[in-house]
Amino acid sequence: MTRPVFPFAAIVGQDDMKLAILMAAVDQGIGGVLAFGDRGTGKSTTIRALAALLPPMKVMQGCRYHCDPASPDTWCADCRALGKGKTVTVPVPVVDLPLGATEDRVVGALDLERALTGAKVFEPGLLARANRGFLYIDECNLLEDHLVDLLLDVAASGENVVEREGLSIRHPARFVLIGSGNPEEGELRPQLIDRFGLSVEVRTPQDLPTRMEVIRRRDAFERDPAGFLETWKKAQDKTRKRIVEGRNRLAGVTVPDASLEQAAKLCMALGTDGLRGELVLIRAARAFAALEGDKGVLDRHLRRMAPMVLSHRLRRNPLDEAVASVRVARAVEEQFGA
Amino acid sequence: MSGAAASGAANWAAALQSLSLFAADPIGLGGISLRAGAGPVRDRWLKILYDSLPPEMPLRRVPLNAGDDRLLGGLDLAATLQAGRLIEQKGLLSEANGGVIVLAMAERIELGAAARLRSVFDEGVVTLQRDGLSRVLPARFAMVALDEGADVDERPPASLLDRMAFLVDLTNVSLRDIDFDDWTGTESLKARRDAVAEERAPPVVIHAGNQAETDKAVETLCNVAAALGVDSIRAPLYALRAARVAAAQDGRTEVDQDDLSLAVALVYGPRATRLPQQQQPEEAPPEPEPPPEDQQEPPPPDDDDDKDKIPDLPLEDIVLEAALATLPPDLLSQLASMSGRGQVRMPGRVGQAKMSLKRGRPIGTRQGEPKGGARLHLLETLKAAAPWQTLRRHAREHKSERFEVRRDDFRIIRFRQRIGTTTVFAVDASGSAAMNRLGEAKGAVELLLADCYVRRDQVALIAFRGLGAQLLLPPTSSLVRAKRSLAGLPGGGPTPLAAGIEAATALAESIRRGGRTPVITLLTDARANIGRDGLGGRPKAEAEALESARALRALGIATLLVDTSPRPNPFARTLAAEMNARYVPLPYANANALTNAVRSAAGV
Repeated sequence: MTRPVFPFAAIVGQDDMKLAILMAAVDQGIGGVLAFGDRGTGKSTTIRALAALLPPMKVMQGCRYHCDPASPDTWCADCRALGKGKTVTVPVPVVDLPLGATEDRVVGALDLERALTGAKVFEPGLLARANRGFLYIDECNLLEDHLVDLLLDVAASGENVVEREGLSIRHPARFVLIGSGNPEEGELRPQLIDRFGLSVEVRTPQDLPTRMEVIRRRDAFERDPAGFLETWKKAQDKTRKRIVEGRNRLAGVTVPDASLEQAAKLCMALGTDGLRGELVLIRAARAFAALEGDKGVLDRHLRRMAPMVLSHRLRRNPLDEAVASVRVARAVEEQFGA
Repeated sequence: MSGAAASGAANWAAALQSLSLFAADPIGLGGISLRAGAGPVRDRWLKILYDSLPPEMPLRRVPLNAGDDRLLGGLDLAATLQAGRLIEQKGLLSEANGGVIVLAMAERIELGAAARLRSVFDEGVVTLQRDGLSRVLPARFAMVALDEGADVDERPPASLLDRMAFLVDLTNVSLRDIDFDDWTGTESLKARRDAVAEERAPPVVIHAGNQAETDKAVETLCNVAAALGVDSIRAPLYALRAARVAAAQDGRTEVDQDDLSLAVALVYGPRATRLPQQQQPEEAPPEPEPPPEDQQEPPPPDDDDDKDKIPDLPLEDIVLEAALATLPPDLLSQLASMSGRGQVRMPGRVGQAKMSLKRGRPIGTRQGEPKGGARLHLLETLKAAAPWQTLRRHAREHKSERFEVRRDDFRIIRFRQRIGTTTVFAVDASGSAAMNRLGEAKGAVELLLADCYVRRDQVALIAFRGLGAQLLLPPTSSLVRAKRSLAGLPGGGPTPLAAGIEAATALAESIRRGGRTPVITLLTDARANIGRDGLGGRPKAEAEALESARALRALGIATLLVDTSPRPNPFARTLAAEMNARYVPLPYANANALTNAVRSAAGV
């Protein structure tokens, strides 16, 4: 029923956004990705292309929250009650939180169908569906406030607590938040911005060859989606392999003290609030090193990650938005040399 | 084509060309925005359009205030209660699958509604997550936006316009320009549409073999887009599609230069932000893209055969030239009037009043009927009905097991509405203020803006200098824009204080009518020296300022006056007292004091 999805590997340009998404796929603990920018830059296309790239995951069979067989301490109440069970392999969920979604469908609510016949059954919502996967909010700056509050709470705790309609349910809800939007249409709450590990700014490509290539591929895809997907299958497989290999390497990537020090110095120079920036910077640098096939974190990893990790964490001078990335770039240059 | 008299007829002709292409492939071409007042011209155009679309194609009119339940779909309550199981109600967008939606008063569509439309349009499906329903319903449609905007700024949201191939403007077309019997007769359009329909199995097919041809068309379209300053990446895609439809309508399988010219004229024309550099009469040196010049960016080398016809000029120049000939003659003046505004346009009304029964935080339920946008609380309704079931069953003739819900049982959700605040900044940008400390005043506004941002307030910006006050920024919650208009604020000229106060008052009143709470922050050194009549003279100007201050006071709008003179100005204090404003002299105001002052003025 859904239209074929434009392959990730065939997306022209937008290197920052693509990298940020790959990193989130390699290490889901980095936190989400926020892509803000112009219309028609392929933000949604890129994010939607993610689902096709992700290697499948193992889950407890029949579990509505796809509990991870490998870590029983994160199990939901049902899995705990059952103890060991069969496992199955399923695609990693990439769940859309559409504008216009009602709260009952986001957090889950009483199953109306059953309620009409008198049974009190919990019908899990999108947060349950997104557990261990990705939750995508397009136009996240236009999301209604009460939904944002809800997300903030769940994203922080990794658990969805439902207390409504006489139900009292809690279930794991750990997901990578991916948001996109156009700042011209409204600002994002600072608290929500903070939940995103990485932020990237996307712009309409300006140079002619890139624009031509965008149009050419888009056109080829629209004319013959199946053929286009076939053409790009190899490249897609390669990208998927990069993710898998990156994941496998991740645990082994070392972080030398020198890198920790560099990260701390950079954050101090920029005056970022709290420790979160530093932690995410190290974590992102590790994931980047893993993705690149390096054994340890190097300065160049920190350099590449710094703008994505820190631009949205600078002490907020909201009127200075446009130059946040410039400030980071300057600080990076001062610290690591041009 | 050159005279103003001809342009109405020319616009009409172009509008019909757009219509004809669109009708042949609505979904492929995304949509068509029709800028015209309601009236016979628009009706005529729409009639031709409706007649040209295949009769079986769904056509749905989307009213401006369509709620999510109508737009996206939701629960059909009556049927659900009746049947005892979930019954969904389709939304307009999924009903329009495979067809066309008509957006009434598109210039007033809210950003939120536009975002929903946009997202469904892009995905081709409605992802319904509402009222206990979780569905994915196909919804591929084209949009026809009826734009009745009067101002340049009053246009449908840019995100929607970007997704429509054609932007048609009929505002200067009069009935005289329309030849009711001519080629535009619906019959001929219908005939052409059928011809197209027969030609194509899938909509408009280009042979897979001519990738080179496609590449060339793409290159041409991208170059021309650059020359005309068309920034959108969707425009070339739509132009390519339009050219193919034009070729198919002509019974050809390959796009030729006429198709490209037509597509460029119709798709790029209304989006052009600059004219390509014209050939200067005296200056010979070729600039980038001068239409009738020798090629300086030669197209790919492997195109020897199709260049026979036009050996001298690159294709894009020919296309560009042809397109330029069809652009409206007043484009240049239109462009001039648009420059400085940037490409950002306000939708009709940002932040309009929201019904308290629809938005905000739910704070409970009450008895009432789910109409006028109020949402039914199903569970509470069922609970209310439950105790009566036995009684009601006995009262019925037929002893069925049906769960009976009556009107009295309906419970609707109550919401607490957080009433938004809009802070109107009226900034004195006169010469005296500029000399004193316009810079610092700007800094102060920035600080206040930052604070408004944290509270998610809206801000508006008025500047007064010279002969009057000017609305620089209508109420918005986008700080990027607030910052931009503030940065571009020039200083100089006399101080029309009364005009500034009046403009702020008028804006605050309209904000209040819109359902939000206005707060005025006036930044001035209060050295009024020019009256409403444009004549100088301090005493008269000051008297007028006091007069407007009293008018403002009468409205009881929370006001803050920030005195930006080097030393506190007694008149500023008098003025503040007169308008019942809080008075803060800037020299003593640090960031915190200012912020606190605004906060207390706003009562938060």
